[in-house]
Parts: sequence; C-alpha cells; structure tokens
Amino acid sequence: MLPQQLFNALVLGSVYALFSLGFTLVFGVARVVNLLYGFYFACGAFIALLLATLAQLPLWLAAPAGAVGAGLIAALLDGILLTPLRAAKAPELAALIVTLGGVLLFTSLLTLAFGTQIRRFPVALMAQSSWQWGGLSVAPLQLVIIATAMTMVALLFLFIDRSKQGMAIRAMAENSDVASLMGVNVARAMAFTSFAAGSLAGAAGILIGLNFNAVHPYMGESMMLRGFVVIIVGGLGDIRGALLAGLALGFTEVLTAAYISSDFKEAVTFSALVLTLWLRPSGLFGKAVVRRA
Amino acid sequence: MEALDDLFWAYQDLFYSLGVNAILALSMYAVVALGQLSLGQAAFMGIGAYIGAVATVKLGLPFVVALSAAMAAPAVVAALIGVPTLRLTGVYLAIATIGLGEVLRILYLNSDYLGGALGFSGIPHKADGWIIYGLLALILLAFLLITRSRVGRACEAIREDEDAAKVMGINVTGYKMTALILSAALAGLGGALNAHFSSFISPGEFGFENAVTILSYAVLGGVASPLGPVLGAFLLTALPELLRSLHGLRGVVNGLIIVLVMIFLPKGLLGRRVRRTL
Repeated sequence: MLPQQLFNALVLGSVYALFSLGFTLVFGVARVVNLLYGFYFACGAFIALLLATLAQLPLWLAAPAGAVGAGLIAALLDGILLTPLRAAKAPELAALIVTLGGVLLFTSLLTLAFGTQIRRFPVALMAQSSWQWGGLSVAPLQLVIIATAMTMVALLFLFIDRSKQGMAIRAMAENSDVASLMGVNVARAMAFTSFAAGSLAGAAGILIGLNFNAVHPYMGESMMLRGFVVIIVGGLGDIRGALLAGLALGFTEVLTAAYISSDFKEAVTFSALVLTLWLRPSGLFGKAVVRRA
Repeated sequence: MEALDDLFWAYQDLFYSLGVNAILALSMYAVVALGQLSLGQAAFMGIGAYIGAVATVKLGLPFVVALSAAMAAPAVVAALIGVPTLRLTGVYLAIATIGLGEVLRILYLNSDYLGGALGFSGIPHKADGWIIYGLLALILLAFLLITRSRVGRACEAIREDEDAAKVMGINVTGYKMTALILSAALAGLGGALNAHFSSFISPGEFGFENAVTILSYAVLGGVASPLGPVLGAFLLTALPELLRSLHGLRGVVNGLIIVLVMIFLPKGLLGRRVRRTL
C-alpha cells in the first residue's frame, strides 16, 4: 500500500512543482502575484481538450499545442493588464487586484462559453492497461506525466541559466530599473517570462486534466490554493524552493488522504502555509526577498 | 396574485441584501483604508454565517448571542492569520486570506454537521429591515466619526506612506491588526445577518467569487470616504437584480469593473502613492 501511495504522490507532486515553478517565476521577475495563473492552467487543459475532441488531434500534438496556447494567452493578457501598472510604478497590491478582477472576468467568460459541466478526454486516449510490479500498479500515463514534468523543469532551468533571454530575465529579477539601464528590453523579457510561466501552467493543467480525466472552467481555483502554499513555503520568487515545496505538497496531500482523511488534506496544506508564515516567512531556504513592512 | 407575492418576496430579499452587502463593503473598507488587502471577507462572512446558524438552530441561543459569537469567531481567526502576515508586505496577507476562504469552503462541504454540499437550511428569520439598517447606520456613523478623528488621519497616513507614518510615531502594525480584526468581525456580522434572512446558506456562497465581489464594492467606491463602498455595494447589488439581462453576467461585470477601475483610476483605491514615480 505505501509504495503505491508514494508513487501516486510523486506523480501529483511533480505536476504541483511544475505549476508552482511558473507562478513563483512571475513573482520573482515582475514582483506581481498573478492570480490569472490559475486561469492559464484551465486554458491549457481546455485548448488541449478541444483539439483532441473537436479537431481529433492525437494527444502528443494536442498537449504541446495546449501548453503553447496557454503561454501565448498569458503573454497577451499579462501585457494588456500589467504593463500600464508597471509603467505607473503602481504598488504590488494594485497589480494583484487587477489580476484578481481578471481571473473572475475570464473564468466567467470561459464558463459562459463552455458551461460548468466536467468535460473528459476521449476514451481512446485514456484506455491503457497498467503495469504491475509486485504490489505496485503503474499506468503509462503516470510515467508520461512524471517525464513531461521533469523535462519541462529541465528546459526552464536551461532557458533561465543559459540563454541570453534568460540572463535578461535574471537581471530583471535582480533589479528591473538597473536592467533597463543596462540595455535589457524589459517589455520583451516580461513577455518571455509570461509566455514561459503560462506554458508551465497550461502544461500542468493538461497533466492534471489527464490524470483525473476532468476539465472544467473552475479547475484553476483549487490549484491556486496549492500554488499559494508552495510559493510561500518555498519562498516567494525562489525557483528551487518552489520545486521542492511542490514535490513535498504532493506527498503531504496523498499521505494525509491515505492515513487521516481526504476531507482534511486542504486544511493540512493550509496549516503548512500559516505555520511557515509564523516560523519562516522567507521560505524553506530563506533566500527569498522578504521586505518586512 | 401569486406573481405579485413572488415579486414582493424577490424585492424584499433584495432590500435585505442591499443592507448586508453595504455592511460587508464597510468591512472591506476597514482594511483597504490602511492600504491593506484582505481577500478573506467572504471567508470571515462564512464563519459568521455558520456560527450564527449553529447558535440559533442547533443550540437555541438568543439572536443577540448568535450575532456576538458570529463576530467573535472570525475576529479570532483573523488574529491568527494577521499576527504572522502583518509584519510582512501586503502580499502575504492577501495570499493567506484567499487561501483561508478556499480551505473553509472545502471544510464546510465535507462537514455533515453543517449540512455539507446541500447547505444549512431552516435558519429562523430573525433579521428584519430594522435590525439590518439600524446596524448599518450605526457602523457607518462610527466610520464617519473615526475618519475625522486622529485615528482616521493615522490610517490615511499609513495608506499613503507606511514608512513615513512609522517615522511619525504611528504604531503601524497595531493599527493594521486592529483594522483586520474589526473587519473580520463586521464580515462575520454580515454573514450571520444574511443567514437569518435568507434562511439557507451553502458552502459555495463563501468562495472566491464572493470574496472578489465584496472587493469590487470597495474598488468601485474608493477609499476617500466610507460612503463610497456603501454606494458601490448598493449599485453592484441592485444593478444585476433590476437589469435581468445582467444576471448571468454578474461575474463578468464585477471582474471587468475591477480591471478597468484599477487600470484607469488606480488612485481611487490605493491612494496618491500609486502615481508617484521615482
């Protein structure tokens, strides 16, 4: 029983890590808690689902297209909503409120367009027999989820650490005014950040949609709670912290559900957030920038 | 005749909702007036609603006791969240309170004692127009008096420039803490009043969408005066009821209002500081 729980936790944890990585990246670079992030999560799942059902594309095409689509939507919406506020040097909270209004607006539109019912991926994509190893049952989809999450995380690290655009993004995270003086095209670096983060959110949405085979407009809402917990526990803006905290969250949720009650898994998760704020507000590694008020 | 009765009942509920939502708008105002953002108003409202309902229905306590408990419980929760977050930047309070709402919603859903997903029904009609509007008038009067006092000027100073306020000797964290606790108590009161005229509450009423709706009252009304959020609440509550075509678009309208006001009139909510450049 325990090995099976641990494996399921690894599957969930890797998706949470993937999701939270983009969320914390946006905060680190733009200093904005972007609540639209949960909407991009749902967008990725919807685009992939529509491509797989209406256009009948195979999953290996529909899924990457969904992630890229979510990334483009993120770059577009972040550009429209957050650029004016950055230009005006608005405080962090103003940007947070705009994205809050945005998430209500766009999620409501998504609901008007598609309704609240739960949609499912075509059965043909999902019908797989799982492999048995001793007491452990492993579905091919679960392996695909872990592999995809790991590949995307590796790609993100390569992009940030090695590419020229990645260097611009790191410079912005350090100090966007100085970066701009040094010739960094801030608007372009922001667009790249939004695109990268949006595609991570979209990919996470597709993977969660496939794992539970359920896609609906409000799927981002419960995911955002996990995102909050992970970025606080990992430290706001701390990429490696988010990775670790995301994985840890997967284990916490699965083990709480298995050994206490699934009714309490959100409460346990949230307690981790409050406890972190009491004991270690700058996150697990204490590297995140916390300006004490 | 039946249609006329329906109409009467529909508008009676609207009349009560206007008053309760104005109280909720003032609860939001209490924190926004200091430049803080609590996204837990719906959560605090939910705690008040459920505590109040349990007090009158399950424990048979008098309405006054139920209302007091409905104010005290969210105040305690607010303190537990406020102490660690208010030392930090405003982002932490926003995140912690929005998380609180989601967690409580799921706990209500899973609690058989509180009616679970089916909701809590059979709550007695204890709140009438006199109680709701009497309390609203009292709270509004208190806010108007505070705004003109030394405390009100301190709040304004904190909103405009926290560091400068601290240098001037204002106990910034103390003020923020008091405001958050007061705000949670008022939201709890609003929740209990709401439960005792609608006779039914369900977990979905206290989720993310309602939290944003309460914020939209304050965003539309601005922080120049406590009257602003009250008018914002009246407008945003009455409009979708009177223009039926807007009914299904409530989320779209509230979201759009927040986005447009914050982008084009950011001064309205967060003070003059917004437009100050380096």
